[in-house]
Amino acid sequence: MTPLLDVRGLEKRYGARIGCTDVSFDLWPGEVMGIVGESGSGKSTLLSCLAGDLAPDRGEVIFDTRDRGPVDTVTMSEPERRMLGRTDWAFVHQTPRDGLRMGVSAGGNVGERLMAVGARHYGEIRTQALDWLGRVEIAADRIDDRPRDFSGGMQQRLQIARNLVTGPRLVFMDEPTGGLDVSVQARLLDLLRGLVREMGLSAIVVTHDLAVVRLLADRLMVMQGGRVVEAGLTDQVLDDPQHGYTQLLVSSVLQV
Amino acid sequence: MSGGSSSAVAGVVAGPAGTTEGSSAMMDGQAEAYNFAYLDEETKRMIRRALLKAVAIPGYQVPFASREMPMPYGWGTGGVQLTAACLRPDDTLKVIDQGADDTTNAVSIRRFFQRTADVAVTERTAEATVIQTRHRIPETPLREDQILVYQVPIPEPMRFLEPRETETRKMHALEEYGLMHVKLYEDIARHGHIATSYAYPVKVEGRYVMDPSPIPKFDNPKMEMAALQLFGAGREQRIYAIPPHTRVVSLDFEDHPFEASKADQACALCGAEDSYLDEVITDDAGTRMYVCSDTDYCGTRQAAGEEAR
Repeated sequence: MTPLLDVRGLEKRYGARIGCTDVSFDLWPGEVMGIVGESGSGKSTLLSCLAGDLAPDRGEVIFDTRDRGPVDTVTMSEPERRMLGRTDWAFVHQTPRDGLRMGVSAGGNVGERLMAVGARHYGEIRTQALDWLGRVEIAADRIDDRPRDFSGGMQQRLQIARNLVTGPRLVFMDEPTGGLDVSVQARLLDLLRGLVREMGLSAIVVTHDLAVVRLLADRLMVMQGGRVVEAGLTDQVLDDPQHGYTQLLVSSVLQV
Repeated sequence: MSGGSSSAVAGVVAGPAGTTEGSSAMMDGQAEAYNFAYLDEETKRMIRRALLKAVAIPGYQVPFASREMPMPYGWGTGGVQLTAACLRPDDTLKVIDQGADDTTNAVSIRRFFQRTADVAVTERTAEATVIQTRHRIPETPLREDQILVYQVPIPEPMRFLEPRETETRKMHALEEYGLMHVKLYEDIARHGHIATSYAYPVKVEGRYVMDPSPIPKFDNPKMEMAALQLFGAGREQRIYAIPPHTRVVSLDFEDHPFEASKADQACALCGAEDSYLDEVITDDAGTRMYVCSDTDYCGTRQAAGEEAR
């Protein structure tokens, strides 16, 4: 079996400063990888490099494409990478504003990716949009409302529907529960966990919330100062942290 | 003098060589201080270069160094520059605004070129060699030796969906036009049908999606024509073109096909049922009449009707 994503020696610098460096890992089909670390540790830089939004300075990001097998997405042509970005990849942003078109109705938001890959039948696009709104627990009668009329939690769920409608295989998530209150977070996590299982998705979840990775992630990478300081199975890393920084991170979670 | 009457396309292509003598073309009645057709020859040359590229890549927006013109933006500064770059002393110019020859915009632009180029002007579509238009295509079919110049306010069809110009340029380059259908989707979701009735997006020669300027969608099918069509956006500094006999397809959905619509009436003055109509409110009680928006077409038909009587 080939890994879905094979990252080797990835590095991104901002001038002399390190964004992230020497990052290597495999991601297998159906696996969820968590990346945790404090602010400025390079999590988001790493995610942007993986998703093709930033060009890394060194290293390879090899993705197992449907038609051509493993291909390095860093050296891949831009049209191809953008095509991946709206078919096999999905990106769930921390703020729904970044991932949604706020002036376009919920149905249009979900349908955009379908139309981007060539859907030209209004009725079918609408049926699929309705189906997906149902799956993320948004009432069907809200299909023609704009996201700006939605609550934060609904916006985030809409963003997830919009991303998953083309049946991607790899989802990048940047703090998917950031800015939501605790009960809404729990519901969203529950929904995400269900969708990931049901669709057999692979995902890379960047967060600073250890509860999120505990629930979602199979494996965990801990980053500090742009480097991966510890990696392993989620439960193993969280229950028996080896690196000093990980120990600090785990012990700093408040117990209620 | 650039003599002869070669075809419209050749006129543009041969421009730089053909009109350097334009400066010596001072005719009677033309203001001495101006070069022929107001713009200096270097500027015309720059515009013609952009035009050549635009004709070579139908529907592609070519940037050009738009000049300050002696009229406000939004009054057709782009169209005027294109007309100035295309005009030759023996041309006959027609200017229309919403189909009419006698509205403020049309009158002032026509007078502008009478003063600065001393060209012949006409209101008859068939007699004109260059037609500058705002928001309409004449009803009378155009010929190969005519040029239609459009005034364009916003050349980017995706502007209101994707405000980043860097991004829309990339989308054009990579032919990523899904977003255009999102706009049409929104129309159907909100109104039950595609309610966009003007500036209806088209795909040119199977490649570039283009804003046809705010012409009614009734005119969209006419864009597959024999004449050369040039589009100038002065404020936005873009030029694009549709060469003669180029395929122009209006975007739509399979289950909501494109429809060229007009008011379901006949013209109250000439009785035409096939021309685009303006709705005119005639009193405070809401009485209305429908008349041809193309004044030349309407006038010609009325005159013919009188003769027949």
